[in-house]
Amino acid sequence: MAKRIEAKNLNIYYSKFLAVSEVNFTIAPRSVTAFIGPSGCGKSTVLRTINRMHEVIAGAHVQGDVLLDGESIYGSAVDPVDVRRTIGMVFQRPNPFPTMSIYDNVVAGLKLQSGRIKKAELDDTVEKSLRGANLWEEVKDRLGKPGAGLSGGQQQRLCIARAIAVEPQVLLMDEPCSALDPISTLAIEDLIQSLKEKYTIVIVTHNMQQAARVSERTAFFNLAGVGRPGQLVEIDDTQKIFSNPSEQRTEDYISGRFG
Amino acid sequence: MTDQESRDRERARAMAEREATHASDTPDDYRGNADPNGVGVIPSSSALATPALADAPVSGSGVGAFGARGKVRIGDKVFRYLTAGAGMFVCILITLVAVFLLAKAIPSIANDKVNFFTSRAWQVSGSTLEFGIVDLLWTTVLSSVFAMLLAVPVAIGIALFITQYAPRQLARPVAFVVDLLAAIPSIVYGVFGITVFAPKLHGIIDFLNRYLGWIPLFKKQISDPGTVFAGGIILAIMILPIITAIAREVYERTPRENVEAAWALGATKWEMVRLSVLPYGKPGVISGAMLGLGRALGETIAITLILVAPPSGAPFSPSLFYGGETFASKIANAAAEFNNPTQTGAYIAAGLVLFVLTFAVNAAARIVVNRRREFS
Ligand SMILES: Nc1ncnc2c1ncn2[C@@H]1O[C@H](COP(=O)(O)OP(=O)(O)OP(=O)(O)O)[C@@H](O)[C@H]1O
Ligand SMILES: [Mg+2]
Repeated sequence: MAKRIEAKNLNIYYSKFLAVSEVNFTIAPRSVTAFIGPSGCGKSTVLRTINRMHEVIAGAHVQGDVLLDGESIYGSAVDPVDVRRTIGMVFQRPNPFPTMSIYDNVVAGLKLQSGRIKKAELDDTVEKSLRGANLWEEVKDRLGKPGAGLSGGQQQRLCIARAIAVEPQVLLMDEPCSALDPISTLAIEDLIQSLKEKYTIVIVTHNMQQAARVSERTAFFNLAGVGRPGQLVEIDDTQKIFSNPSEQRTEDYISGRFG
Repeated sequence: MTDQESRDRERARAMAEREATHASDTPDDYRGNADPNGVGVIPSSSALATPALADAPVSGSGVGAFGARGKVRIGDKVFRYLTAGAGMFVCILITLVAVFLLAKAIPSIANDKVNFFTSRAWQVSGSTLEFGIVDLLWTTVLSSVFAMLLAVPVAIGIALFITQYAPRQLARPVAFVVDLLAAIPSIVYGVFGITVFAPKLHGIIDFLNRYLGWIPLFKKQISDPGTVFAGGIILAIMILPIITAIAREVYERTPRENVEAAWALGATKWEMVRLSVLPYGKPGVISGAMLGLGRALGETIAITLILVAPPSGAPFSPSLFYGGETFASKIANAAAEFNNPTQTGAYIAAGLVLFVLTFAVNAAARIVVNRRREFS
């Protein structure tokens, strides 16, 4: 069920401001791809075009195309709501619905998609998703308690459970560990390793160690220059990016000789 | 793993480590600069919290290092006394009003020949005082709650339209027009209500009476247009702006992350509103509704003009399609006859009940608002 993602000549705008220009890449199914690069170069922006979250910002729009297994997600007949149901997303700051219980948080997406579902079926999904997110043991006795009452790391895993409960084909993660302690970070990295058996995963991270640990492929983004739009400098095997990148700028960035 | 490979890995790790250290610098610095006590911001409206601020030790670990211990800045002092003074002034004022009401009301209540709370009588001009508030209480509460129930859904609808659906060019004028409703004087609402609006309600009243007349609330009692029904609708229009304004404000503040959480799950617009905006705004809307209710309870001139007072001795009717008098309209109707103190005292006693009622409703609204603060 995991799908291949292709970006074709993406130009991404906030109103008139061109934030990222001419991005092209292909991401294989069942793989983990890391987006790295300095702050403000457009990693989040590119990530959010993959599930059409970019356009929820007023004035934001996209030129070019993103293909999911060869099918355009920007076609005129495509409903962005369907795209987002196929491509899950986890944000930098954990964002469970504050007024909902843990249980309701997990099934929130499911209820949107399929309306009435049998209780037993929901129960199954909740357990499966929470197990999938490595959270089941910690919360199984308090599923009725508010999701906002969990620790930050638990909340983030709850958000992952919520995202995988609808069995998406792709999972996008925007710095999912940046607000977490090392132990929660490790838990989520392990989780990513097990999730890639089923999903295509793209993760934005500022932590190169993390990129090296979890991803097979790494994409390096950078600004084309001061006041110029961001661009994709190169995308390659993680091994190669960190040892012997083709571009001097990549080498400079990862060896800390940046700027 | 070949030699080359392991060397590469080593190198990657070293670099990544360096990066990680860099990354963690920023938050630490930030924390170091932050105000350790978190008292940097003094909420300007917290006159009542002044004692707490005064008690709080000004002993952040950094302060002593500047050798300025005990130095009191004159501006702080003046500001503190000013805010404390303003807060105290309001408290004293409220206490004085309460004392005034009690002092004037108690002698009359003591001379009341019937039960003040349960009697329907209102006979205060003769030598014996007989007055009770139950009819007034019913009409006041019925008209106000009816008004609130009408106004809240409409206010929520308008607020959602303005904050979520309307294009910007349309949102502004709509918000402006709703705000304008608050600028219409209540005497205008009253005149409009009784001369233009209320007479047009016959059709609706007959319709509701025909199908729901078996419920006492909807049983038609009088053919005069001056019903609680008409008064309640006018009240609803009058409290619409404040409820809309509060709802708009809270909806506008829905955190981006909640909204995006819903979008990212594949919510439609309405589902996003239901998952994020409405739950977030709920406490605010409740408190807005209560503020509106408080206003409706005390509304005087519009309701005095609209409601027709039933003849004395008429049987009680809980119906919306009946006239009546509220606390405020009762007092206003009698304002010309405040010449003897015991008679006046009866009206003041009614005013006292209204005061307590409004106070309770507003306090409840505050409590809801404050409870919200704990969550966020
Ligand atoms: N909502 C927005 N409106 C206008 N411009 C924006 C918006 N969000 C981001 N930008 C701009 O787009 C560019 C790319 O931002 P983006 O958030 O994608 O960077 P990033 O690589 O994710 O950075 P970081 O690592 O700090 O998260 C920046 O110049 C930024 O100022
Ligand atoms: Mg970002």
